[in-house]
Amino acid sequence: MTFDAVRPEPTDEPVLEVSDLGVRVGDRELVREVSFSIARGERVGLIGESGSGKSLTALGIMGLLPEGLTATGSARVARVGHDLVGASERRLAKVRGRDLAMVFQEPMTALNPTMRVGEQVAEAMLIHHTRPDRASARRAAVALLDQVRMPEPAQVARAYPHQLSGGQRQRVVLAVALANDPAVLVCDEPTTALDVTVQALVLDLIVRGVQARDAALLLITHDLAVVATACERVLVMYGGRLVEAGPVRRVFTRPRHRYTQGLLAASDLLAVDDRGRLATIPGSVPPSGDFPTGCVFRNRCAHATLECETVPEWTGDSVADGFACHHPAAPDEGWREGGQK
Amino acid sequence: MLGALPPPGEAHTGVGGARRAVGPSLVVGAALVALVVAAALVSFVWVPHDPTFVDATHRLEKPNGTYWFGTDKFGRDVFSQILVGARTTLFVGFVSVGVAAVVGVPLGLLGAVTPRWLGDTLMRVNDIVLAFPALLLAIMLTAAFGQSTLVAMIAIGVATIPSFGRLIRSGGLQVMGTEYVLAARVAGRRTAGISVRHVLPNVANLVIVQSSVSFAIAVLAEAALSFLGFGTPPPTPSWGRMLQESQELLFLAPRLAVFPGVAIAVAVLGFNLLGDGLRDYLDPKLEDRR
Repeated sequence: MTFDAVRPEPTDEPVLEVSDLGVRVGDRELVREVSFSIARGERVGLIGESGSGKSLTALGIMGLLPEGLTATGSARVARVGHDLVGASERRLAKVRGRDLAMVFQEPMTALNPTMRVGEQVAEAMLIHHTRPDRASARRAAVALLDQVRMPEPAQVARAYPHQLSGGQRQRVVLAVALANDPAVLVCDEPTTALDVTVQALVLDLIVRGVQARDAALLLITHDLAVVATACERVLVMYGGRLVEAGPVRRVFTRPRHRYTQGLLAASDLLAVDDRGRLATIPGSVPPSGDFPTGCVFRNRCAHATLECETVPEWTGDSVADGFACHHPAAPDEGWREGGQK
Repeated sequence: MLGALPPPGEAHTGVGGARRAVGPSLVVGAALVALVVAAALVSFVWVPHDPTFVDATHRLEKPNGTYWFGTDKFGRDVFSQILVGARTTLFVGFVSVGVAAVVGVPLGLLGAVTPRWLGDTLMRVNDIVLAFPALLLAIMLTAAFGQSTLVAMIAIGVATIPSFGRLIRSGGLQVMGTEYVLAARVAGRRTAGISVRHVLPNVANLVIVQSSVSFAIAVLAEAALSFLGFGTPPPTPSWGRMLQESQELLFLAPRLAVFPGVAIAVAVLGFNLLGDGLRDYLDPKLEDRR
């Protein structure tokens, strides 16, 4: 399942532009110097292990960080005249759900159990007055449920969330997110909580949804196969920093950062060592904010030297295609060597 | 791949979906409450005797065919007084619980959805009211505004506000932490919309349960106030005052204390059991423990 053929030409004008985004709690920096931009109609994956700051990046952009966490830097969305970082709740509320929408990981809890699902989809439009009245919003909600291929949408609209399966609920959540034709759709692990059989369907619906609207997609996941299926570009995050970025094909076949290399090697379920064990990245992700100074990956990296105690510069053609590593893999090395001895 | 959708309203799987069994406390509580409500309703259309009619020729009658529960020291029919007293009891309960809920629920919601420091401040004020003895408040208000059912009801209501405020805040905070509230914020909902559309419907079961339990407390408080002479003024029949009037005759005619006492016990027990039963019935999290 690839979608390359149907995608419209991406324009150069970015619809989401994040520069130097940081998230901190007190003195601890959980996310640092994250910069990227997504063009109209472009689909970008954000990958990394749990605890690498993927979700915090998304919440920072949305202005939804939990109390006590603050974002720094800048995040701009097309059609919106102001920076999202540091914007007032009043201004953010106008942007959220209209220009910038989000799908969460857990469909079982993302819907209000006391409201009919059609009502919840209709509400997304009524909040932003994109439909003139409740009746037309309800009709639009049924149409949206049909678009996410719910069987008998008119009947589903009258159901309560507990009457739907996980995959069905996630499709309702997607319908809510797409209701106002957002410029940017952020999906945080949208398929992780679903049955394998439903994952492909939901992913397909997400891609179709953003394509139909020429919207940009930021897909957060730790499933490399999902990124390979749905995205054109990929951002690799570790320790609250972007460590590598580039087109999916380049990054997945010729990774340069040692972390990306390890991640790819670990996802190869066919490659085993002489004792029959799968490749892993040694050690585990340190607790948030406790990453080493300099290169955040150096305490788990087989190639680390004293040089890695300084923060590596971004190397590569552009912000969109490059890496930050003192000892990068050779351009033709591939990822098979990335597994640790 | 697409699961068939069960028609709305039919049995289904999932947390809130399973049909829950009706527990014994719910049944008994509802029956006792129904008894009190029936007594009050019947009193509007029929009472055996005028409950306020003083009949010097039939004082302290034992229960018999004419006076089912006997008569008191003024010759008034006890059964009729019990029936009409149920009205007073329910009236006091409804109004005081209403006052408490109408003020306490928004207060608790406000405490849950506003920034932490503001919520904490509100709850400290709430705690101060909670620390104030309810009866003392009622006695103070009565001293200031004179003895009336209304003053008693408001006093009981004000004293009950904090228990609503506290409960709704803690329940509301829980709802505020859920993903669907986050999703609502993602959809662009502001705080006010979230409180009304998402938090309130999801703490409604708490409000219902607390109302029932508070009703029991209010009934007891009204009886206590009337007993002390701060509640419903004569001649309106009130169970609490009947109890007080029976005091001096406790050894001569103990039944005069037993009938209103049993009536109060039935009402208090009924609303307490109803509250417990509703909590079990409405709270899916308690399902497994039953």
